[in-house]
Amino acid sequence: MSSVTSFLTQAGGFWVLTIIKIALLLFIVLTVNAYLTWFERKVVALMQSRIGPHRVGPHGLLQPAADGLKFLFKEDAMPAGVDKFLYLLAPFLALTLALASMAVIPFGPDPLPFKFFGHQIDLWITNPQIGLLVLFSITALGVYGVALAGWASNSKYPLLGGLRSSAQMVSYELSMTMSVVGVLLMANSFSLTKIISDQDSSAHGFFSWNFIPQIVGFFCFFISAIAETNRVPFDLPEAESELVAGFHTEYSSFKFAMFFIAEYTSMITVSALCSILFFGGWNSPFPGGSVWQFTHYLPSLILIPFGLWVIYDGIKYETIWGRLVLPGLGTAIAAMGAALIVFPTVNEYVQGPFWLLGKMLFFLFFYVWARGTLPRFRYDQLMNIGWKLLLPVSIANVVITAAVIVFRGMK
Amino acid sequence: MTAPLLIFFLLAAVAVIGALSLILQKHPIHSALSLIVVMVALAGLYLLMGAEFVAAVQIIVYGGAIMVLFVFVIMLLNAGEEEHTDFSKIAKFAGLPLALALTGLLAAAMVRHGGSVANATNPDSLADTSKISMLLFSTFVYPFELTSFLILVAIMGALVLAQREKS
Repeated sequence: MSSVTSFLTQAGGFWVLTIIKIALLLFIVLTVNAYLTWFERKVVALMQSRIGPHRVGPHGLLQPAADGLKFLFKEDAMPAGVDKFLYLLAPFLALTLALASMAVIPFGPDPLPFKFFGHQIDLWITNPQIGLLVLFSITALGVYGVALAGWASNSKYPLLGGLRSSAQMVSYELSMTMSVVGVLLMANSFSLTKIISDQDSSAHGFFSWNFIPQIVGFFCFFISAIAETNRVPFDLPEAESELVAGFHTEYSSFKFAMFFIAEYTSMITVSALCSILFFGGWNSPFPGGSVWQFTHYLPSLILIPFGLWVIYDGIKYETIWGRLVLPGLGTAIAAMGAALIVFPTVNEYVQGPFWLLGKMLFFLFFYVWARGTLPRFRYDQLMNIGWKLLLPVSIANVVITAAVIVFRGMK
Repeated sequence: MTAPLLIFFLLAAVAVIGALSLILQKHPIHSALSLIVVMVALAGLYLLMGAEFVAAVQIIVYGGAIMVLFVFVIMLLNAGEEEHTDFSKIAKFAGLPLALALTGLLAAAMVRHGGSVANATNPDSLADTSKISMLLFSTFVYPFELTSFLILVAIMGALVLAQREKS
């Protein structure tokens, strides 16, 4: 019986549980997306010696909500002469595919300690044997959202943006796929959970992670992934100095927001993939054993000082509203950290998700960092990097990895 | 009717409708998109048979890479709407009978070997990627290498055609 057939014959409770999980994940991902825009604007502002958003709510924390409302209430204009069906389809396609890719990402090793009507609650929506291939097929289809938006708008700048992006995404998809083959050869599987458990760090700490033997593959993958998500320095499809806003020039209101959310969601997916494929996923960078036991308190050691700092910062905040909200927020964060010390079983349980989310946050910061510091590539440079540098290097990486695996004996 | 069988008919219907739309659409980009729908529906059928790897590759290679190139070329050339013409003489005297013959052949094969449609949802042992690669590099190694050679020749042909104008 194939996994699909067994999947279809599941009991009703399984479906209810899955729908609840999907709704919860969607809510979390969309909220994180919103605060990612806030995070990006704050970090870029700091890099440019500005303050960044700070009018709506304390430290601008309500800015994402204000932006969301603004998108909802703006006029939804549709330019004349568009291909109506494709014009409307493109943003839906982009957003749906970006969100769908979150379904196969595993967020933690252990199922929740309680059951839902006899069903185990895993920290993933689905865990297919071909998890990585599912992600790649979603990425492969993701090009259409951008390409069709460019074409259907019936306008010259979007068309050029759409053309650029389809050329760019096809070129970089090749090196992105080739660069992970090394990891696949080492794990002998497409399953993301198998890839993570293969990098188990309980014996040697982070030395057993894939990024040490696959350092070349990692760099190829990360660069191609940035290009694949159309981010700086590879954001040629929406280069504002040349193409106004590229493929989404003619989109307004919430249809524009859909492209925006899709872009940020694929940033999250890529960060998760980098952590899972090359940085051990939910494995701690420290080895197991009693000497390193103290590292299990790291979540508390980060949360409590951060909470205290938020309280301290809130007390001297300039508005009354901020002086009320920020200390409350800080108390909640510090209390969370303290609760983890009081309940060791909960603390053990959050170790996996803590490390995975920490690594994802680092890669998201890296995205913003690159945006704040790097200039955009020229178009010919972009193509040269993709075809003449990344592709040959990643193919060489596959050959060398395969040779080493054969030389050291098959698994 | 079991759930897999229901989904089989659903996907089959999507594939057939997509194929019809591919022929009947007037604008090339709509035709290309219909072809993508067919490809994705076929991938769903493979998935139903338990061939997970083949399904994923079908989407990555056909639905993604190849069709993106189609769409890219159509966008680049800004191809307009097609004009509809009547059947050409070749189509009338050779094409139609051949199409009917092919349909008849397929129908006959299905009646003889098909038995029941439920077979299409009975998964084989194709799920294992290592099994597929073993087959590719042992039993089917000659067809596999020949196909690679054919693609290589096609690539070289494209290069020659692209280089011709310069000299």
